[in-house]
Amino acid sequence: MSTPLSRIRNFSIVAHIDHGKSTLADRLIQLTGTVAERDMKEQMLDAMDIERERGITIKANTVRIEYPAKDGQTYILNLIDTPGHVDFAYEVSRSMRAVEGSLLVVDATQGVEAQTLANVYTAIDANHEIVPVLNKIDLPAAEPERVKEQIEDVIGIDASEACLISAKTGIGIPDVLEAIVKRLPPPHSGDPDAPLKAMLVDSWYDSYLGVVVLVRIMDGTLRKGDNIRMMRTGGKYGVDKLAVLKPAMTDVKELGPGEIGVFTGSIKQVRDTRVGDTITHDKRPADKALPGFKPSVPVVFCGLFPVDANEFEDLRDAIEKLALNDASFTYEMETSAALGFGFRCGFLGLLHLEVVRDRLEREYDIDLITTAPSVVYHLFLKDGTQLELHNPADMPDLSTVDHIEEPRIKATILVPDEYLGDVLKLCQDRRGIQLDLTYAGPRAMVVYDLPLNEVVFDFYDRLKSVTKGYASFDYQMEGYREDNLVKMQVLVNDEPVDALSMMVHRDRAEMRGRAMCEKLKDLIPRHMFKIPIQAAIGGKVIARETLSALRKDVTAKCYGGDATRKKKLLEKQKAGKKKMRQFGKVEIPQEAFISALKMDS
Amino acid sequence: MAEDWRQAGFALYVHWPFCEAKCPYCDFNSHVARSIDQARWARALASEVRRVARETPGRVLNSVFFGGGTPSLMDPESVAAVLEASRENWVWANDIEVTLEANPRSVEAARFDGYARAGVNRVSLGVQALRDDELRRLGRLHGVDEAKRAFGVARSVFDRVSFDLIYARQDQSLTAWEAELREALDMAVDHLSLYQLTIEQGTAFWDRQRAGGLRGLPDEDLAADMYDLTNEICAEADMQAYEVSNHARPGAESRHNLIYWRYGDWVGVGPGAHGRLTLDGTRWASECPAAPGAWLSRVENTGQAEDRTALSPQDIVNERIMMGLRLTEGVDMEFFEAQPILNMRAASLVEDGLMWCRDGRAGATVAGRLLLNRVIGELLVD
Repeated sequence: MSTPLSRIRNFSIVAHIDHGKSTLADRLIQLTGTVAERDMKEQMLDAMDIERERGITIKANTVRIEYPAKDGQTYILNLIDTPGHVDFAYEVSRSMRAVEGSLLVVDATQGVEAQTLANVYTAIDANHEIVPVLNKIDLPAAEPERVKEQIEDVIGIDASEACLISAKTGIGIPDVLEAIVKRLPPPHSGDPDAPLKAMLVDSWYDSYLGVVVLVRIMDGTLRKGDNIRMMRTGGKYGVDKLAVLKPAMTDVKELGPGEIGVFTGSIKQVRDTRVGDTITHDKRPADKALPGFKPSVPVVFCGLFPVDANEFEDLRDAIEKLALNDASFTYEMETSAALGFGFRCGFLGLLHLEVVRDRLEREYDIDLITTAPSVVYHLFLKDGTQLELHNPADMPDLSTVDHIEEPRIKATILVPDEYLGDVLKLCQDRRGIQLDLTYAGPRAMVVYDLPLNEVVFDFYDRLKSVTKGYASFDYQMEGYREDNLVKMQVLVNDEPVDALSMMVHRDRAEMRGRAMCEKLKDLIPRHMFKIPIQAAIGGKVIARETLSALRKDVTAKCYGGDATRKKKLLEKQKAGKKKMRQFGKVEIPQEAFISALKMDS
Repeated sequence: MAEDWRQAGFALYVHWPFCEAKCPYCDFNSHVARSIDQARWARALASEVRRVARETPGRVLNSVFFGGGTPSLMDPESVAAVLEASRENWVWANDIEVTLEANPRSVEAARFDGYARAGVNRVSLGVQALRDDELRRLGRLHGVDEAKRAFGVARSVFDRVSFDLIYARQDQSLTAWEAELREALDMAVDHLSLYQLTIEQGTAFWDRQRAGGLRGLPDEDLAADMYDLTNEICAEADMQAYEVSNHARPGAESRHNLIYWRYGDWVGVGPGAHGRLTLDGTRWASECPAAPGAWLSRVENTGQAEDRTALSPQDIVNERIMMGLRLTEGVDMEFFEAQPILNMRAASLVEDGLMWCRDGRAGATVAGRLLLNRVIGELLVD
């Protein structure tokens, strides 16, 4: 028998990075004895190294907690730990639709951050009941009263009954469990005998089980052995294994309305499963799929090349394997004179890009060069055709282009007043259009319409540096707008370096060109001749630096006793040259590309 | 090829590893010891000389060089004992050059007669600078006047005298160096080693630079200007550069060092000494343990301090390039012609004005010599 709805609570946790979401999840798991003490490790739910290291959640994770409440009943609490980043906004919105309530965790020493805002609004959109939780109240810098006020001012929800906790020490955790049972609603409705309607919340690849699918049952009952169908993709599978996550997989015979669990069914690739899809029975299907399905679309592209050209095949294998597990990531082969063979890859955003790159480097041990991230431009040609431009290298001749549109975002920035002027200046410099400016306690909240292209450049770094790290930032895509965009090329010793080409706004081209030339002047080692470094649009040079010729590189002393050592030194120097890329007579070290293309993290 | 060394000559290098104090710029194998058993060290050095000489009997020895450390801390008797050992199985060339490195101090000048009687005929003095404040900065224990007096004594005792100067020092201007160099040339020398200060790993200067100190060292442009000016002034004084950092009147070149650069054979004895020795057509690189105690105990316990490694044909080619291109005279063209790839690369360097090629020889131009590490880098074979 499935659990009655009244004894189920499904919830998620909304929090900014570092505000203690994963630690709180750990405490809930620990206090209810869901995981034996000896199996506990920090941040139980963040399974990937990168997640644990950066304290962020990338994949949605789930745990089923059995909680004997003070009213004498045992409740099933399903926690879906959602990704907290805008790159995964769609995944977040799906996860939110799978639960009925949220804990809003705010660091009592820091207050509300921009990311929290975006996710809490997603939760409100999903009609969640929200329980505010102030964490880190054990710290001397905690200001629970001020933060409560801020939550009420900025978010507009009642914070008077917020739970005061310290996830680190365990203070207040029992209150949180009681609040989940008392203040969050049970699943609204659901008929166990209706045709099956289950939302695909997430899926991942497990090397033993194959693809594992996380579902929330809305209507009907899912049983082991059922034949199911994905309503959007049309895929049909038999349910081989049905389980709940505690967080270890525990087999169950069936899942009824309101319940959350996983199944496997010889699905070959994660690609075959789409977050937000509706799962139903093949024989007795639901008449309508759940609303709100959107296929994921990459918005940021960059080239990934192996530092060692011999690792290209390894990179191909790694990318293919990774793509099996990540439907939102796209790739196609690319060749570059500068960097050799590699892949042009599409990502949901910059964090997604970084995560994929980190995983390739770490899990597959491949050193990568990442080219400048580029957004997707819409090209309108004079002959009436429309193109999507993912790579500046593919830019057609300007004379054939009628106009170009670029993606814009709506950015929300929370910043202490003393840095407001700097933030406004930064946004204006980046071609931003101010949409809103309000105050929330001691902080200003600015909303800007910005070109995504300016944000992928080094916006985070600049924002961090002008606000000494006190600003928080989040964004959402806002659509496309026409602007005066051009392709800027970089020439080293009169040879174009394709990997450094980029799309820029005409008004900002000189500045970007100058910055690139100056950077390269420092990064390219001096040669035995002088080297012009230029930025150009079409045939017109817009910035120029000259790297002067090396004058002196000679060892003062070399006698009989030095022969062995100096020879080794020179041979090492020669071996180092092999890692350089040749452009005409100029050798550019791999690191120069990496640094010249370095994006903010 | 196998017997190439004969053209360049055969030399013996003797390393005396002890100093009274470490200089902050020096990365040579030198150690400060409280007391040294001179007789024991002389026995060990002589026994090493004998051991190699027995393997190569009858070779004509063109040069002996006592380097260090500070070999002018050796008793003249110790020097004599090593030299005697070298005559037992080797034949001294009629014009053999026997050099000893010396500190230009009065204590040491007092021993010059003894060295001359032992057979030393050339000294190389570590003068390093002709400015008292600069000598202090370089951690030297002598002053300018004392150095000049020691130089005078050396001139009267030995046939040939050279001295070293270090330039491109902290806060040194081009004109200041010019004045100092002209003073040096006025001292009636026939050989000068002029080194640009190099901050080597493992020295006190290195650490100080890493810690943000040692400011005011010349930038690359000033250093290059100083080098060019040095060559000009020395050439005017008939003291042409015959090697990157060495200047001599014609005929006064260091024969010992020429054997290295012309890639002859040399035997290295003493802690940390390296050698190159051709035996039955194989060219060997030899190396001794650097720590004085370790070296001494190996000699005394096993009768052999050195380890030998056979050099590959590529090693030999690369070493010849590295050593030979340091010389103004360059290397024999036949050497390049024997290696088609090298010949091609050399031709491109000639085109770029970094190498010259004439009269059956090839070498680095003045511009090429300033960039010698790069030029050699282009030529090294795998």
